[in-house]
Amino acid sequence: MARIVGIDLGTTNSLVAYMKDGQPCVVPDRKGRTMVPSVVALTDNGLIVGDSAKEHLTRNPERTVYSVKRFMGKGLADVQNELAYFPYNVAETGGVIRIRLGQKSYSPPQISAMILKELKLRAEAYLGESITKAVITVPAYFNDSQRQATKDAGLIAGLEVLRIINEPTAASLAYGLQEKTQGTIAVYDFGGGTFDISILKLKEGIFEVLATNGDTHLGGDDLDRLLVDLFIAEIRDRHGIDVGSYPDYMQTVRLEAEGAKIRLSDDLKTEITIELPEDKGRFTRELTRDQLESLVVGVIERTLAPCRIALKDAGLTPKDIDEVVLVGGSTRIPLVRQRVETLFGKQPHCHLNPDEVVALGAAVQADILSGGTTDMLLLDVTPLSLGIETMGGVMSSLIRRNTTIPASAKEMFTTYVDGQTGVDIHILQGERELVKDNRSLARFRLKVPPLPAGVPRIEVTFLIDANGILSVTATDMRTGQSQSIEVKPSYGLSDTEVERMIEDSFKFAAEDVNARKLIEARLDAEALIKTTEKSLAEAGRLVTHEEADGIRTALSQVAAAKDGMDPRVIRARMADLEQAAKNLNVVMLNDSLKKSLHGKTVSEVT
Amino acid sequence: MDNNQTSTHPDTRRQLQMARSMCWHCQSEVTGEYFCERCVKVQPVSKETDYFTCLGFPRRLTLDPQKLEAKFYELSRTFHPDFYQAKSKAEQTISLSNAAVLNTAYRTLRDPIRRAEYLLALETGSVKDIRTSPPADLFEEILALQDTLEEYRTSDRDSDQGHRLRATLQTEQEALERRKEEMESQLRQLFADWDKLQDAGEATSLARVERDRILKQMRDLLSHRTYINNIVNDLAATIA
Repeated sequence: MARIVGIDLGTTNSLVAYMKDGQPCVVPDRKGRTMVPSVVALTDNGLIVGDSAKEHLTRNPERTVYSVKRFMGKGLADVQNELAYFPYNVAETGGVIRIRLGQKSYSPPQISAMILKELKLRAEAYLGESITKAVITVPAYFNDSQRQATKDAGLIAGLEVLRIINEPTAASLAYGLQEKTQGTIAVYDFGGGTFDISILKLKEGIFEVLATNGDTHLGGDDLDRLLVDLFIAEIRDRHGIDVGSYPDYMQTVRLEAEGAKIRLSDDLKTEITIELPEDKGRFTRELTRDQLESLVVGVIERTLAPCRIALKDAGLTPKDIDEVVLVGGSTRIPLVRQRVETLFGKQPHCHLNPDEVVALGAAVQADILSGGTTDMLLLDVTPLSLGIETMGGVMSSLIRRNTTIPASAKEMFTTYVDGQTGVDIHILQGERELVKDNRSLARFRLKVPPLPAGVPRIEVTFLIDANGILSVTATDMRTGQSQSIEVKPSYGLSDTEVERMIEDSFKFAAEDVNARKLIEARLDAEALIKTTEKSLAEAGRLVTHEEADGIRTALSQVAAAKDGMDPRVIRARMADLEQAAKNLNVVMLNDSLKKSLHGKTVSEVT
Repeated sequence: MDNNQTSTHPDTRRQLQMARSMCWHCQSEVTGEYFCERCVKVQPVSKETDYFTCLGFPRRLTLDPQKLEAKFYELSRTFHPDFYQAKSKAEQTISLSNAAVLNTAYRTLRDPIRRAEYLLALETGSVKDIRTSPPADLFEEILALQDTLEEYRTSDRDSDQGHRLRATLQTEQEALERRKEEMESQLRQLFADWDKLQDAGEATSLARVERDRILKQMRDLLSHRTYINNIVNDLAATIA
């Protein structure tokens, strides 16, 4: 079986991991960095992803997308109260959020697909083989629409998503394999945008999830926002300027807030410095850990209620938990650790890097699917109850939350009117009594043969697969005929739209590769120009005037080609320049050697 | 009406389900439990298989949870879709639906109350017929309790009246919880009676009378217990 990689598609950072000799490893880039910032920027040269895109957050905020995970599987109404924090344009078409970048609009799965493609390329470059299959992680508390959106992102990126697995359970797989963890464990996963708690029983290679809970809109981003609001208010009071109306400065404030928060996990106090627009000078202040803690304690406490519910659902009390494992960057905050310790009555730990452990676990699951690891098996649960709308706008539950997946439920439907040919079914997810308080997943019409009322008997099977994703089938009990059902998702891309996006993605793939090559060629050209100019300035006197002129001509040609759009031309002019400067470099080397070796030439030494 | 959204096609899964005694793949007779002995393909759990049979346990009401869990883990390793990634589409479909049945079976049998309700359904018909009902002797008391509960919901919780009502409700909750425990201990006795009768395996008319008595009493007790359990939960949620 072809290699399957494990991907942690995070709110702030994303990683790709693979199995090497029975152990999961994270794939680094050429500089050894393991994390790809989940940021996509539209530049004059096209779309860029990751570290280089992150630089555009302050330079080009309206065209730089970050934290897109918060929009996956959502409608505009779901995110209304946080839109003000995002400098990029967010709108809605057909129940799906669209993000405007230049002339085009992109759905969150398309933006996520760009991040996935970056990870795919990174893995391909590192492993020297084509990667087409992946396991992708999602927050455990993601609903069906959010999971489907993640799967769509994979498809658009040209990846076959063999499994969607939950982040805390992925982490438990890594712990089970690498730390030989056993017993009942609680995984407290507090990331950039989401919070999950999962309680598992690890026994003889079986990872049985007993209960899970969480909040898909609660993470480090929310802590940063409290700091941002504080700084903005203080800047307004002290400097009389509303930074909120300057998107680029807003990003500076946000990044400074995030940085200060991170520093205060190690230090007791830190300095904040923010340059202000309109010659208003500079905002500075000292921030202590105590001040940060009193500001964010409310948000951190919001993670505790889901923990208590999960314990109750698992039928356990804190003393039944053998180990508490921390996952996600936000668990580095000392106050978080302290609250978790108080709740569970034992010291939590993170022996494995909390930034990498989810990706490592995804690689373990990938290895299980490819048949490499056979002694481990993850039995996960569905985080939310699934049901259908019944008379009076009430939800009737078919599959309760925390049911082990795969899970199925059957429901019989009939007609109320003679000759009725359809029954409308509305599928919901959530824990509340009334339809309007739960998440609408999809609607579909059941086809019924025209018969007297009550005679048709159609059995509908709702199946939640091992990805936590729902599928629906129906069988006419009288004829035994089954019907395939086309479900219209309430908050998601239709199948045809996903197909079109996949096509687009392939169509633009050539364009994207070209853009990428162009960016790389330009960067390399810049570096070459810089070093050659430096050599010329230092050692130009050692070569003839003709030679020096030749180098200058080649230099200006590289500079001209760099402003063009063809990476091949840039590379060709760079080769010319290297050729022209070859002698200069030898002479320079000789000269420096001469100085250190008292007059010997290169040929004499070698 | 609109017919465009749905379409029909021959169902392969139905054929698979019918072929319990014959392998869906090589058509040879299947004598093994879940795999064809000839072509080693996984076989679908039959629609007629009850949860006890599925997990390999006799129809008893006292089960060893450790053994049940061990069997569940063993069958999970047999059926879970994780282990069918490289197999054919048909085998993947069977693995998925078998795993779903297995999970339902374990969830049902793991909990003694659900286990008993399921057995009742198997022995006497649909479990949905069991309507939750208050025990006759508690009827008046529960009516009064509902009134107090309503009064508390509309009262000012911090007033003297609120405090008084809350205390009353707390006492009631404790009394009902004791009653529930009593019922559960009676149920455990009935479970033991049922298992003993099954173990004896006598087909006498006396055994039949005893069987009907146990099932009838179990049905009443389960119905009352669920009723009281709902009230206790409601009470706990209201005064929490």
